[in-house]
Amino acid sequence: MRISSGKLLHALGLTAVVIFTLFPFFWMVSASFKTQADILSSPPVWFFTPTLQNYAEIFADTKVSGAIINSLIVATCSTLLAVILGTPAAFALARYEFRGKSDLWFWFISNRMISPIVLALPVYLLAIQVGLLDTHLVLILIYLTFQLPIVVWIVTDQFKSIPADLEQAARLDGADQFTIFRKIYLPLGAPGIAVSAIFSFIFSWNELLYALVLTRRAVQTAPVVATSFMSGYELPWGKIMATGTVIVLPVTIFALIVSRHMVRGLTMGATK
Amino acid sequence: MSQAATSAARRKPNRGYGRWTPALFLAPAVLTLLLIGIYPTIFALVTSFRRYNITRPREGFPFVGFENYVHVLTDSTFWSSLFLTAKFYVAVLPIQVVLGLAIALLLHKPGMGLLKSLARVTLVVPLATTYAVVGLVGRLIFNRDFGVANQALSVFGLGPIDWLSTQDGAFAAIVIMDVWQWTPFCALIFLAGLSMVPGEIEEAARLETSSKLALLRHVQLPYLLPGLTAVMILRSADVLKLFDMVFVMTRGGPGSATDLISIYIQRVGFRIFDLGTASAQAILLLILTIIISRLYIRLLYREVH
Repeated sequence: MRISSGKLLHALGLTAVVIFTLFPFFWMVSASFKTQADILSSPPVWFFTPTLQNYAEIFADTKVSGAIINSLIVATCSTLLAVILGTPAAFALARYEFRGKSDLWFWFISNRMISPIVLALPVYLLAIQVGLLDTHLVLILIYLTFQLPIVVWIVTDQFKSIPADLEQAARLDGADQFTIFRKIYLPLGAPGIAVSAIFSFIFSWNELLYALVLTRRAVQTAPVVATSFMSGYELPWGKIMATGTVIVLPVTIFALIVSRHMVRGLTMGATK
Repeated sequence: MSQAATSAARRKPNRGYGRWTPALFLAPAVLTLLLIGIYPTIFALVTSFRRYNITRPREGFPFVGFENYVHVLTDSTFWSSLFLTAKFYVAVLPIQVVLGLAIALLLHKPGMGLLKSLARVTLVVPLATTYAVVGLVGRLIFNRDFGVANQALSVFGLGPIDWLSTQDGAFAAIVIMDVWQWTPFCALIFLAGLSMVPGEIEEAARLETSSKLALLRHVQLPYLLPGLTAVMILRSADVLKLFDMVFVMTRGGPGSATDLISIYIQRVGFRIFDLGTASAQAILLLILTIIISRLYIRLLYREVH
């Protein structure tokens, strides 16, 4: 069997890509199965006897499990809200012509670009005033600032691809706009809605700055707790990496599900 | 909507919906964004004109006009932080564009079906990884004593480097982690551009010339340019936003070696609790971001108008 050098280079290049993209992930997962002694050995060891001790410790730690529950509550509620509020707006943007439409459209994208620190400062002060600091609600609301634009964008795109004839036919049957939205657009747009919901979930699950600033003990999310291990004299590396793995694993699976739409989700549909 | 349908709608006043129907559908999202986005922004704007240090409540929060802005604009730390953010952008962008393009070309090249799909799928992993966790892993990888980065260097007889405790080392470490996380983004955008090249044109060009570079320059480049524009603008907005990974890895240090703008403002606001100054900084950052996003819209959404 003859393999041309071009093919070999191609295969080597692609293998390098896989190693490049997976290495930090692999290193984190492998450290999560190491004992502290193995982690601290210099130079680092690649082959070792794996231990489940780190996972046993973090699952016994109510701080970690509580944080994961907080993250789940916040990400799920805010995603649901984003879909409930965002899909009607997407319907209006996809189907109606009205004044100021393009301005509204652009306002939604600009929200994607704004640094969270811009909103974190005033929201912190406002949350103190109304007593919302360290509640799930304040995080759920603030996460909508980046989730709503994503849902509106992706779902508008999907709604635009639904043929107008269907709507005409329904209208002849006497259906009003709300019925058309509910009976035609929601079911036919379901794939786009699902993709946008997954993106919303990933982004809020991963968020750190707002959570760091707006929560104290009660509502700390998973990234905040993982970060909080990073202080003290001897860092519990195995525990930190196990927590990291538990945080990253679910969103990685979600991301693999929507991998075809990744570019659209991250560029707000500017490149197709 | 088709041309015929639009003109039919114009002839008949009854479009199947009233004038206010779109507003009804839009109201929930728009009102929510007004409440959680615009209202706090206005609040920040007002705060930026006050002396607002919550560790000294007895002084009250008096209006001081443009004092905070004058303070910020004459503050050399603010400017050096902005400059550092620009330096970071200039450091990561060329690497991400070149590596991303190389990966996209590898994935676009015919053959190697299975391995190619595997590589294509794994590109998503860095993009989805929680930014704070990227920072945690970075601290392990770049540890001076038991980090794998120094082990890799020692293979070439180099190092060890004290990555996270030296100015240049820490900056290089956050650049490397950012390159890891965002190169796949560039690769996927370029790959989408490459697949827009019509097949017959690309095949004809391949028959004309055996030079890959000529093919890239004359045939593929026009399809890559919109993606490049998107990458350049989005990455600039992302770098202005960058907080999580750097905060976890270095807290902006050592010294101010990795004190990017969002980290700096966060410190002024939530460590020094000088919220008046921090708000003025945030408003200036917001203005910069609005300029960038107008540019993005102008260059990439022409067809919407």
